[in-house]
Amino acid sequence: MIKKFDKKDEESGSGSNPFQHLEKSAVLQEARIFNETPINPRRCLHILTKIIYLLNQGEHFGTTEATEAFFAMTRLFQSNDQTLRRMCYLTIKEMANISEDVIIVTSSLTKDMTGKEDVYRGPAIRALCRITDTTMLQAIERYMKQAIVDKVPSVSSSALVSSLHMVKMSFDVVKRWVNEAQEAASSDNIMVQYHALGLLYHLRKNDRLAVTKMLNKFTKSGLKSPFAYCMMIRIASKLLEETEGGHDSPLFDFIESCLRNKHEMVVYEAASAIVHMPNCTARELAPAVSVLQLFCSSPKAALRYAAVRTLNKVAMKHPSAVTACNLDLENLITDSNRSIATLAITTLLKTGSESSVDRLMKQISSFVSEISDEFKVVVVQAISALCQKYPRKHSVMMNFLSNMLRDDGGFEYKRAIVDCIISIIEENPESKETGLAHLCEFIEDCEHTVLATKILHLLGKEGPRTPTPSKYIRFIFNRVVLESEAVRAAAVSALAKFGAQNDDLLPSVLVLMKRCMMDSDDEVRDRATFYMNVLQQKQKALNAAYIFNGLSVSVPGLEKSLHQYTLEPSEKPFDMKTVPLATAPITEQKTEIAPVATSKLPEKLAPCRQDIYQEQLAAIPEFQALGPLFKSSEPVQLTEAETEYVVRCIKHAFTNHMIFQFDCTNTLNDQLLQRVLVQMEPSEAYEVLNYVPAPSLPYSQPGSCYSLVRLPEDDPTAVSCTFSCTMKYLVRDCDPNTGEPDDDGYDDEYVLEDLEVTVADHIQKVLKPNFGAAWDEIGDDNEKEETFALATVRTLDEAVNNIISFLGMQPCERSDKVPENKNSHVLFLAGVFRGGHDVLVRARLALADGVTMQVTVRSTDENVVDVILASVG
Amino acid sequence: MTAQSCPRQHCATTMDSAALEPSLYTVKAVFILDNDGNRLLSKYYDPELYPSMKEQKNFENNVFNKTHKADNEIAFLEGMTIVYKSSIDLFFYVVGSPQENELMLMAVLNCLFESLSQMLRKNVEKRTLLDNMDGVFLVVDEIIDGGVILESDPQQVIEKVNYRADDSPLSEQSVAQVLQSAKEQIKWSILK
Repeated sequence: MIKKFDKKDEESGSGSNPFQHLEKSAVLQEARIFNETPINPRRCLHILTKIIYLLNQGEHFGTTEATEAFFAMTRLFQSNDQTLRRMCYLTIKEMANISEDVIIVTSSLTKDMTGKEDVYRGPAIRALCRITDTTMLQAIERYMKQAIVDKVPSVSSSALVSSLHMVKMSFDVVKRWVNEAQEAASSDNIMVQYHALGLLYHLRKNDRLAVTKMLNKFTKSGLKSPFAYCMMIRIASKLLEETEGGHDSPLFDFIESCLRNKHEMVVYEAASAIVHMPNCTARELAPAVSVLQLFCSSPKAALRYAAVRTLNKVAMKHPSAVTACNLDLENLITDSNRSIATLAITTLLKTGSESSVDRLMKQISSFVSEISDEFKVVVVQAISALCQKYPRKHSVMMNFLSNMLRDDGGFEYKRAIVDCIISIIEENPESKETGLAHLCEFIEDCEHTVLATKILHLLGKEGPRTPTPSKYIRFIFNRVVLESEAVRAAAVSALAKFGAQNDDLLPSVLVLMKRCMMDSDDEVRDRATFYMNVLQQKQKALNAAYIFNGLSVSVPGLEKSLHQYTLEPSEKPFDMKTVPLATAPITEQKTEIAPVATSKLPEKLAPCRQDIYQEQLAAIPEFQALGPLFKSSEPVQLTEAETEYVVRCIKHAFTNHMIFQFDCTNTLNDQLLQRVLVQMEPSEAYEVLNYVPAPSLPYSQPGSCYSLVRLPEDDPTAVSCTFSCTMKYLVRDCDPNTGEPDDDGYDDEYVLEDLEVTVADHIQKVLKPNFGAAWDEIGDDNEKEETFALATVRTLDEAVNNIISFLGMQPCERSDKVPENKNSHVLFLAGVFRGGHDVLVRARLALADGVTMQVTVRSTDENVVDVILASVG
Repeated sequence: MTAQSCPRQHCATTMDSAALEPSLYTVKAVFILDNDGNRLLSKYYDPELYPSMKEQKNFENNVFNKTHKADNEIAFLEGMTIVYKSSIDLFFYVVGSPQENELMLMAVLNCLFESLSQMLRKNVEKRTLLDNMDGVFLVVDEIIDGGVILESDPQQVIEKVNYRADDSPLSEQSVAQVLQSAKEQIKWSILK
């Protein structure tokens, strides 16, 4: 008996890999024996194995050499050696994309798939479908249909799975096999059931009714395959989500019944589906949680992992639902699989009491160095959440975080820590100095530019306001000496802020700035020169405008305006006020990120909502002379839910005009609406100039119509107004099935709810990082002050929220958060009024019986001050 | 800072809901490495996951470094759920999306391991595996097709592949080989 592989390999390969030193060219040379007669199956098999092995190792085959080898391989179909034939199929699949003319084997494969040898048939189908395109698919359609319903399970499964692969390419052809797939679904073989279900779902997934029917049928008949059950659970939960079906629906019952399935896989899938459903009540969660609890003590690591990972997810929304499992989770803390231990601890941190925090943190720090970065991020996120829940624990946490910061780790991990420290600093003023010290230490040896610049920015913002700002200067200037351009530039900006705010540091900062002006990088030099000149003026207003509170315009808007300006040369200097403002970030809701949220997705910076509106409106000829879009409001619903037509309105403010954009949806499938417009009757001196109707509004396709309104010019203080709105349109009845409309229609109208324009629609939020500087910059020329009593408001929090939402201005210096147990509070608000007038509001609130509020308003324009005060009163 | 973090959060949430998109495409990748982390066999079924050979090998290295010390059965790396198993000088891995049912991946891994174990007469070690590489390719092909679980019962897989591993009976020069491989096996079982 000959040993399969050459003796030579054996000796050289240090006892291991006979494929180790394969040369592609040598192997291709050997492939010539494919042409010898008679065929030597053993040797040919060995060579094919080598070829596939090389392909698998990532060896590159040129088209010519691949095609040559492929054609030689086709001769091997003459041999009847089973393994050799199977390896030919594999070679065909591997080479389908690199060799030319692979379709040459079509007839051989078709013969095998319809032949008598069952062993060949399944693999032949899969190889054939791999090389078939849409046009050729029609030729083998008959065979595919037969194969799908074949009584040999491997043939049927192969045909079904191959059809599924081809759905992407030739949906229309595969769709014709739906009856065969249906028949296959009632097969006794569990894999055939599963594959048939998968194919049927992919063919029908756009037809919700068909999917529902299919699901009903299969839940009644009862499939045997656990895989198929998992698939059905996923389909059912998707349907539930889409239809927003209540949890009394039969679909939910089905999922819940799967909790009692005999396969752990199905039970887990059902529990996971229930946990992931939005708005699940604690009662509905309970059965799912209790099966997960059982899994926690399973001997299988994968099952424990799955269970604790899902419980972790539950703990984010419903910590109380998981407390029953605390004991089981405690047992997992010492699990040898560190992923399981980490998840158990982070779950406990969410559900446990404040007293257990110290113990858990100690436990976790004992093995934090052993776990992967992904789980370290989970730990950091848990700490972050904990700090919000138990602010008193921040010193323990800060210590822990700084230790983690010193350890090795990737960017995502470090970023999570830095973000967490920053949020602790912002929440707890007393932790500011220790936090900044840890961060300073971190940037001394930080390879991530993004993090270094972020920390430098924070130092510039917070550092000057600490008791001893001078100690940060060294850390910052070290960066100027040692780091890359981006970091150096950020360090220069941070230095400038120290110089601007601390008079005693100014001379030293100027000396340092002078050195930076000799930097080798343009950006660093430019910044240094700029700040140098501003600082030398020693004027508070300049400092405020150019160092503390930078530009507040939208960057894409600025780009567009500058481009426009260069296209139309004029004598006038460029006016910054014509640039649309950046929409201030909505105060971040700390949504809980999934514990193991992947960061692999590309982070696209989505164009800002307002920039999109600006584009859309600019495309309408009637609206071109209005100037830049100032502010777009959030959509306001003008109809009840579930009515015939759904209308919502977005208010766009311009310098002297407003555009109302009505997004309408027609929910009647037997009507086509045409020439749709919304007629508006203003209560005040507003003048409706123009309507732009939506030409046509077919069933369920949203369309927009617009109304242009001029704001009253003679009375600048008239900012609020109520409009009564009526939608007018031409109805053409149509056939609900075909959508074919009747020839003639009739006019009709539909009364909408009233639309309010308030002062908030005229003010854009602007974040002033240094409110005090901005306050001084505007000065008290137009200052006015008034005191109000808010009798209906009971707490300071409520008062603050009311004022913010009423004025639509940006809270600064985190003054929107009222510290606990205080009787008074100062709220700082900043914004820009329509027309580009800065406006700042300082509201001092005192809690007695109700809330007393003293409002001070400053603005660059006198009228604006009046408008604000009038509207508050 | 806040403005930048918003789109990411958005992505995270959409990924979460996309998690349960019903599909048969369960397996993202499967690979077998030796005890130095070298690739013996690997298949990537999702063209978007590590499209280039370099990224694939990086991923395999990273996974190997994080998993070869402790036999923990399951890990979460680079945003992927990975179930694994080792035998003498071999490491078997099955990779799925972070939202995938871990037990389904385990079913695939067990089937792969059991099938190979039967085919190789329980000698699941590198030398035997490589001597029967053609059979290994066929087994993987019968278990997973383009990311879809084709078969999960090892008995069925063995029947379908119908492959006879080399007996290498005691004859001529092969006595030395058998001794050699026995030595190797003992060595590895001790080292492990």
